Amino acid sequence: MLGFSADEWTAILLSLRVASVATVVALPFAIFAAYALARWKFPGKVLIDGILHLPLVMPPVVTGYMLLLTFGKQGAAGKFFYDYFGLSFSFRWTGAALACGVMGFPLMLRAVRLSFEAIDRRLETAAGTLGASPAWRFLLVTLPLALPGIVVGVIMCFAKALGEFGATITFVSNIPGETQMISTAIYSYTEIPGGEEKALRLAIVSIVICMLALVASEILNRRIQRRIAIFE
Amino acid sequence: MTNMPPPFSVRARLKRSHFSIDVTFDGSPGLTALFGHSGSGKTTILNMIAGTQRPDSGLITVDGRTLTDTEAGIFVPPHRRRVGFVFQDAQLFPHLTVGQNIRFGRWFTPAEDTAPREDLVTGVLGIDGLLRRRPATLSGGEKQRVALARALLSSPRILLMDEPLSGLDDARRNEIMTLIERVRDDFAIPIVYVTHTRDEVRRLANRIVRLKDGHVEATTSAYDLPDI
Repeated sequence: MLGFSADEWTAILLSLRVASVATVVALPFAIFAAYALARWKFPGKVLIDGILHLPLVMPPVVTGYMLLLTFGKQGAAGKFFYDYFGLSFSFRWTGAALACGVMGFPLMLRAVRLSFEAIDRRLETAAGTLGASPAWRFLLVTLPLALPGIVVGVIMCFAKALGEFGATITFVSNIPGETQMISTAIYSYTEIPGGEEKALRLAIVSIVICMLALVASEILNRRIQRRIAIFE
Repeated sequence: MTNMPPPFSVRARLKRSHFSIDVTFDGSPGLTALFGHSGSGKTTILNMIAGTQRPDSGLITVDGRTLTDTEAGIFVPPHRRRVGFVFQDAQLFPHLTVGQNIRFGRWFTPAEDTAPREDLVTGVLGIDGLLRRRPATLSGGEKQRVALARALLSSPRILLMDEPLSGLDDARRNEIMTLIERVRDDFAIPIVYVTHTRDEVRRLANRIVRLKDGHVEATTSAYDLPDI
């Protein structure tokens, strides 16, 4: 189909699946962490902020190696998830999703946090005087007003996950059909004689997906902005 | 005439590094104006009644119900106080329509026979034609009318207004003052109205609590207005 080989299709579909799962699973954690960092005062906040942003500045290979140590078969977290949930990460697509989620998390966190920080808190106070409990205030006022930042965060995380290479290849290797995604497949094809054409095709697919994601985020954001008109 | 208990009473002390407040006053039916210069503590008192700020010590009651009593360890959280708050700059929810804004409080407070009816409130405040609009498309005067409707429809036991006319031109101020007079006379809800403008006090207040540097300087009825 479309001139792609079965291997190429597998890599494209796996990339979309891994990036989607990574983004969806990371989102609630990012919203919680962003809210905590934007609104709460607690000891060790600077340290936690730093740790959460580490994957953004650390060499991806180091992040991948850390994941291998903690979520690998012998790692404490890896054992826990396998024993209690039957979930294994090393050399599996689930591990690729974990690596991509960890790498995309700080980008999502930053976008969502900025968005929480930009909300006029007196709107939440107003909701409180109208009878809304803190949980309802968050659901009916804070979260909808933070939506533009959440959309940006989701797209950034998805795009980062789609292009992730270093942490993924270190943690789950590059196994066709299981952990080989677009970026690792391109790397493999450039190593094989005569693989340039396939590498180029996948590179174009990658560019198209990223462009589509950016355009979708722009359209969504404009719609939300028009509804919210937060910058009146 | 029998002595009715005051609709609300405030006794509050609050000390911070840059200001201190120590006030005791009772409200009267109708509109009680908290009048004083900037920094006299007017808005802080309003926040303490609404529960968005805690006094260091004090007793605040509204309609016979204790909202804050530091000695007894009572502090009712803001969302259970049944106060309507009209902010200086309206603070309408920008992601909701005007209709959704004014019904916001109804989602959380049980419908009561005594609550003002929506059609009555929108009619009095002249916002029937605005219900499908977004706050961003409203003028300053329209926003304040919607904010007033939103507060009234949440079935408040007391209505708190924090300089609601400060951002408006003279024509709009006059228009909203007429509406506040109607709200004061038509709905039996005590109003606490914060202002530093004399003509607002003269026109709207039944009782004036004059504040200076966090203290009550004088409490006067509307008949003693020339004194202010």
